Amino acid sequence: MSKLLKLAQAGTVESSDILITLAPADAGTGIRVELVSPTMQQYGAHIRNLITKTLVDHGIEDVLVNANDRGALDCTIKARVITALQRAGE
Amino acid sequence: MEKLRRSMMFVPGNNPGMLLNAGIYGADTIILDCEDAVAITEKDSARNLVFQAISEINYGTEVAVRINHISTPFGWDDLKRILPAKPDLIRLPMCQGPDEIRQIDEFISEAEHKHKFPAGSIKMMAAVETPKGLRLAYEIASASPRMVALAIGAEDFIANLKTTRSKLGRELLAARGQLVLAAREAGIQCIDTVFSDINDEEGFKKELELIKEMGFDGKSVVNPRQVSVVHDFFAPTAKEIDHAQRVLAAYQEALEKKSGVISLNGKMIDLPIVARAERTLAYAKATAGKGGK
Repeated sequence: MSKLLKLAQAGTVESSDILITLAPADAGTGIRVELVSPTMQQYGAHIRNLITKTLVDHGIEDVLVNANDRGALDCTIKARVITALQRAGE
Repeated sequence: MEKLRRSMMFVPGNNPGMLLNAGIYGADTIILDCEDAVAITEKDSARNLVFQAISEINYGTEVAVRINHISTPFGWDDLKRILPAKPDLIRLPMCQGPDEIRQIDEFISEAEHKHKFPAGSIKMMAAVETPKGLRLAYEIASASPRMVALAIGAEDFIANLKTTRSKLGRELLAARGQLVLAAREAGIQCIDTVFSDINDEEGFKKELELIKEMGFDGKSVVNPRQVSVVHDFFAPTAKEIDHAQRVLAAYQEALEKKSGVISLNGKMIDLPIVARAERTLAYAKATAGKGGK
């Protein structure tokens, strides 16, 4: 998949989870991540990079990401991004 | 000694907090649940999370996945997504016959080949939850060499019987007995249903006493608090271990003396008693340091 067809969401705002919202964007927009996290100072850059890498690995070039993190670990972040992507392509 | 499965602990497959900590409670097997614990709108989410969890977390114990039944729109998708992460065990709910086991077995074989996993390394177990499944329990148990255990799922079974669940469990007596017989005939393990009232510890212990006497190898649990209680129950007591050691010593002595009749404290010992003593000691050894007494 290289293009999102619709707005999609995955995850929750419960502890240890992350709520990911993906919105289609025009060509050339790039991957823009808006992140809220209680661990922004320590892990903000890491979370952004992980979200971006997961999207790039799935061939996405243009997307608006809203991520509401509640202390999710890497495996949760990846799983939620992938689920949102699958839902956006349905 | 076969793999211990005294406690098989269900963990909701779409709950990251519970999923990440599932390994710390000492359960012999953790079952990451994609079925009943997951809302119908979140099945995709759960299978992605379970896949990532198995791929990235070292649970240090056997990891099973309860998939949705293959007759639902989710069962085959669960398998497709999760098998590449190489779970130790696939648990099929609501099993109605050996064909289902054979179909899944074939699907797992293809995945093992594709991902270069050793053939036969992903095991299977099935939960019987209907009268039809119970009637075919032996056929289910022996339908694939991957099968390591049968389990009973009480709530659906009781609903199918048109009765209700009681503290004494008389309504399940016949089903439990038949299931143990089928599992033993097929040479695999037999796991009891969950006890869902986590605050009724006395009731839980009574049920454990019953299923241990009936020959079950373990119990499905829904709460980490139940794990150590189950382990304590299934561990041989000091008295049982002492008796087993004395039986084996008497047997050894009789062999050395070429004596035809063996006795201990005036009671005759025959080969089934020796076999039981050997099993008690093997079990004691296997459970030592693993949350048993």
